[in-house]
Amino acid sequence: MSRHNFFYFAREGAYNMFNHGFMSFAAIGVTVACLLIMGTFTLVAVNANAMLEDMEQKNQVLAFVDENLTEEEARALADDLEAVDNVRGVTFISREEAMENFQSKYPDEELYQDLEPEIFRHRYAIDLVDIGKMSETKAKLEQVPGIGEGNVNAYEDEAAGFITIRNVAGVVCIALISILLLVSVFIIANTIKLTTFDRRDEIAIMKMVGATNGFIRWPFVYEGFLLGLFSAVIGFFLQWGLYEMVTRSVDANDTIRLIRIVPFGDMWVYVAGIFLGVGMLIGVGGSLSAIRKFLQV
Amino acid sequence: MIRLTDVVKEYPNGTHALNGLTLEIQDGEFVFMVGPSGSGKSTVIKLLIGEVEPTEGKVVVNGFSLRNIRERQIPYLRRTVGVIFQDFRLIEHKTVYDNMVFAMRAVGAGPKEIKKRIPYVLDLVGLENKSRRLPSELSGGEQQRVAIARALLNNPSTIIADEPTGNLDPARSLEIMRLLERINALGTTVLVVTHEKDLVNRFDKRVVMLERGRVVSDGKGYYGRRAQ
Ligand SMILES: Nc1ncnc2c1ncn2[C@@H]1O[C@H](COP(=O)(O)OP(=O)(O)OP(=O)(O)O)[C@@H](O)[C@H]1O
Ligand SMILES: [Mg+2]
Repeated sequence: MSRHNFFYFAREGAYNMFNHGFMSFAAIGVTVACLLIMGTFTLVAVNANAMLEDMEQKNQVLAFVDENLTEEEARALADDLEAVDNVRGVTFISREEAMENFQSKYPDEELYQDLEPEIFRHRYAIDLVDIGKMSETKAKLEQVPGIGEGNVNAYEDEAAGFITIRNVAGVVCIALISILLLVSVFIIANTIKLTTFDRRDEIAIMKMVGATNGFIRWPFVYEGFLLGLFSAVIGFFLQWGLYEMVTRSVDANDTIRLIRIVPFGDMWVYVAGIFLGVGMLIGVGGSLSAIRKFLQV
Repeated sequence: MIRLTDVVKEYPNGTHALNGLTLEIQDGEFVFMVGPSGSGKSTVIKLLIGEVEPTEGKVVVNGFSLRNIRERQIPYLRRTVGVIFQDFRLIEHKTVYDNMVFAMRAVGAGPKEIKKRIPYVLDLVGLENKSRRLPSELSGGEQQRVAIARALLNNPSTIIADEPTGNLDPARSLEIMRLLERINALGTTVLVVTHEKDLVNRFDKRVVMLERGRVVSDGKGYYGRRAQ
């Protein structure tokens, strides 16, 4: 395509877009909504996933040994524990070590500095392979003689919660995205149909003098492209603002501030890329479907 | 060259517009096509510019065979044929000059070509000093001359006109025909569909007469002679 044609198409496309202010506004609005919903669910999924990864990294449970066993007997449990499914490895922590760990965590609390090791129990730090099987593994560990019911500490509820969030966000995301994509394409197609209707005489003249379908199509493709581009840019900044707002209110809330939120700065390139890609796909898809019929004959 | 051989055109609703029409027009000819309303004149023109497909028979225009032409070839056929209609078909919100620019852009002409060609064709139709006017600021005859100028822009080898003087008074009509005659003298093949018997009889040209989708007479200089 030559340079003067490029500018001609771009100008025509922009002119058409502004000429149908209200429809263009509606088309951009719906597309932005589509992008925002899609973006929000994706970001929730990304965060749930990040938290799961955090937990998987300290993918560890603590198993407390029966107080009546001697240190020797307690150390002898290592083989039994390692034999349990889904266990990657076990580390023995004696009650003395446990006390030292505890004391080193609170060096300023004088009260804690003369504790007797007897009030601590021998324990195992147990690394797991798959965090998803945490509760089954926990049950099996509790069956090992010398451990017993209720003596394994696990974060199974949290893990299950994040897995659910991630899965639900994933499914909702895909369902909503497909519906919204269709709606957006439909609205953009109708916006551009208005233009083709306004310009039917000009299109007829172009065909009469021998313009190719490709040439006739370009201004409309640009119009769709511009609609998609505007939507992507507006959507991106709204998404950013929304995310910052949520981040700030999570930080301000004592009970949930422990949740680590992935900073927007780590993701903005992907968000921008996806928004631009999807926005243009919707825009160009809509315009092509709007003029397909028009170009027959 | 235009050649139609045993052409049948049946519209989807069952109307037989053409019933075995055969016609040949050589390069550089000037031909009037006449005939009663509904005899198939406009259908012939639609066939020649690829707007409808023949049901049977062969249609060849400037080397393009229209029988099974590929859709993407049609624009290139149309660049060899300038078309003029009774209703001018100008863009009302563009000036004469911008109407010309629009038509040249549509076939991918560059700014240099555009600057050179437009003054030439406007001069040819005698409208060089009205290029800044809107179509609504011109008389019917002038508007039709704009349409003729536009048809000439891409230097077609053939001009086809469907009732070009249908909306004009006799004096304007004669002017338009004289202009088409002059364009023909410059080497362009011209086919004019018209109802106006008096007008046709003022020229000594080939006249093809259609009736019920067939050629019923074809001869020089007069309107109404029956084919033998
Ligand atoms: N699109 C169409 N669908 C169905 N029938 C059509 C169509 N166009 C034309 N016809 C019919 O085909 C026949 C020939 O029509 P055509 O327009 O070629 O006549 P014409 O010679 O140009 O007439 P006029 O002098 O009135 O313009 C007519 O009977 C007409 O009703
Ligand atoms: Mg007609």
